[in-house]
Amino acid sequence: MSTSYALLVDFGSTYTKLRAVDLEVCRIVASAQAPSTVDSDISTGLALGLRRLEEQFGTLPNFKHRLASSSAAGGLRMIAAGLVRDLTTEAARRAALGAGAKLTETFSHRLIADDVRRIVDSAPDIILLAGGTDGGNSDVILENARALAMSDIGCPVILAGNRVARDEAQDILTTQGKTVVATENVMPEMNVLNIEPAREAIRSVFLDHIVRAKGIDRVQGMLDEVLMPTPAAVLSGGRLLAEGYRGKDGFGDLVLVDVGGATTDVHSIAHGAPTRDGVIVQGLPEPYDKRTVEGDLGLRHNVATIVEQCGAEAIAHSAGSTVQEVGRVLTAFQENAERVPTTASERAVDDALASAAVTSAAARHAGSIETIYTANGAASVQRGKDLSEIGVLVGTGGVFVHSRNPAGILRAALASSTRPDSLLPRNPTLLLDQAYLLYACGLLSTKAPEAALELGLRSLTHLNNESTHGHNPAA
Amino acid sequence: MTGETLITGVIGSDTHIVGNRILSMALEKAGFSVIALGALTPADDFIKAAIETDADAILVSSLYGQGELDCQGFRDLCIEAGLNEILLYVGGNLVVGKHPWPGVERRFLDMGFDRAFPPATRTDDVVEALTRDFEARRGRAGKAEP
Repeated sequence: MSTSYALLVDFGSTYTKLRAVDLEVCRIVASAQAPSTVDSDISTGLALGLRRLEEQFGTLPNFKHRLASSSAAGGLRMIAAGLVRDLTTEAARRAALGAGAKLTETFSHRLIADDVRRIVDSAPDIILLAGGTDGGNSDVILENARALAMSDIGCPVILAGNRVARDEAQDILTTQGKTVVATENVMPEMNVLNIEPAREAIRSVFLDHIVRAKGIDRVQGMLDEVLMPTPAAVLSGGRLLAEGYRGKDGFGDLVLVDVGGATTDVHSIAHGAPTRDGVIVQGLPEPYDKRTVEGDLGLRHNVATIVEQCGAEAIAHSAGSTVQEVGRVLTAFQENAERVPTTASERAVDDALASAAVTSAAARHAGSIETIYTANGAASVQRGKDLSEIGVLVGTGGVFVHSRNPAGILRAALASSTRPDSLLPRNPTLLLDQAYLLYACGLLSTKAPEAALELGLRSLTHLNNESTHGHNPAA
Repeated sequence: MTGETLITGVIGSDTHIVGNRILSMALEKAGFSVIALGALTPADDFIKAAIETDADAILVSSLYGQGELDCQGFRDLCIEAGLNEILLYVGGNLVVGKHPWPGVERRFLDMGFDRAFPPATRTDDVVEALTRDFEARRGRAGKAEP
């Protein structure tokens, strides 16, 4: 009998990665990568990757599924606009990030001429327009629809605001020839988050418009489908691993840290309800599967801001190095975004930078707890998710794979006495995505969830038993 | 009843929710659309909710004696946020200690609240005041009731 295989491709900004999965044993049987060639013809890079994969197989099998995600050509670049920054704008932001988008900017209240110019100049792939609860404020979303209608924007607009204003806003935009997709309000009632329909709309616009607009559809014939932006695939993979599938248990609540060259992403699959008694939860409800993106915390493109935030001395101290050496390595990293550390000293600095990025990104993602003193005693107020009891913490991204101490970097996401107000994981099992397969799990989960789950459960590496102390630069 | 939208909540570091909840239920029963923000609500949050929901009135409760501090500048916040016409009520144990009500009421009216209510106000009285105030506003705006 013949084994069946799945081909899972990620068109990254720099590399096109290929993973071939044996669907019976649920293991990766071959991996390859080739430079992404989205600027010329994206299929060139894919063809090269396939040849490299073929060298491992002898002859390429007939793949049962051939699926891809993409963050090439700048990823899915979105603008989100709402009314109040902490309410509908925040809900729209969460919808966009949860759909795997890269938010270039967000706007609140009325768009002024300068805002519209900035939107036109940044040439987003999608604009998500929200504002007003259902039956609430409709003036602002209508005015913003008018401003966008009269502008030179060419991208689709997703309407996810006050439903009472939906028809009129849609008319305003379509009359001026804009493409509009109308969906449910991201905040139908005060403090009620409803981002699933907007996420779904973003995904369908990605499939219907963006894949073609970015020239990714050239791979038609070589693949079945380019399904989603890569971050959305990673989030789906995380969700499947947390939840399990049809009686097969997953890991339960988990947090996933994805450190990249330009951003550090944190995903949590957990409701984040209070774990202590008598805690009052405030603020906008949290999405169960939540993704935050720290655009200022990247190990290559934004490495300078990491150093700015925690200081060169702290990085040097944590790397067991000197400020001069940190400066030298930093320059080398900034000059070449593809640079993988080669010396012990470079590795130590890279690890220290990654730890600093993970520390900040995790703290920004997790909720916080604050004690306030009321007339009848102290009360605890929680904002955001309580992740203190989650069972699993997963690290993914190049730095974890290259580092000699991935556990040390991942531990930077844990609760610590230096930030007692932060509801960070306390004692989770640490897992490493050594083979970079979370995106593959996410893609495969759409066609063969059982196999995708097995693949993830079997392939992530346990880190808890590894050494935890800092680096020895001389090693 | 025309179903105006009302924001209710207990302002500041105040956890006394029961009276506010009873009031919110009574207002809802009277036909208003009520957005109840609950206990421990910062002044900002009342304003933000009023903007998104295009609310017609904000009803602030305070029971722990710090109401005067917490409500300082509340009307100004509304004006800054573009809520020029919004109706503002405040009620509860607004100050610490025994003070004659008229003086307390004066202080809150001077702060820009349209009405202030003493402890032990009946919910019916609030409904009646709202109805009257909304009617007066409709009259002022020259809009006939449908």
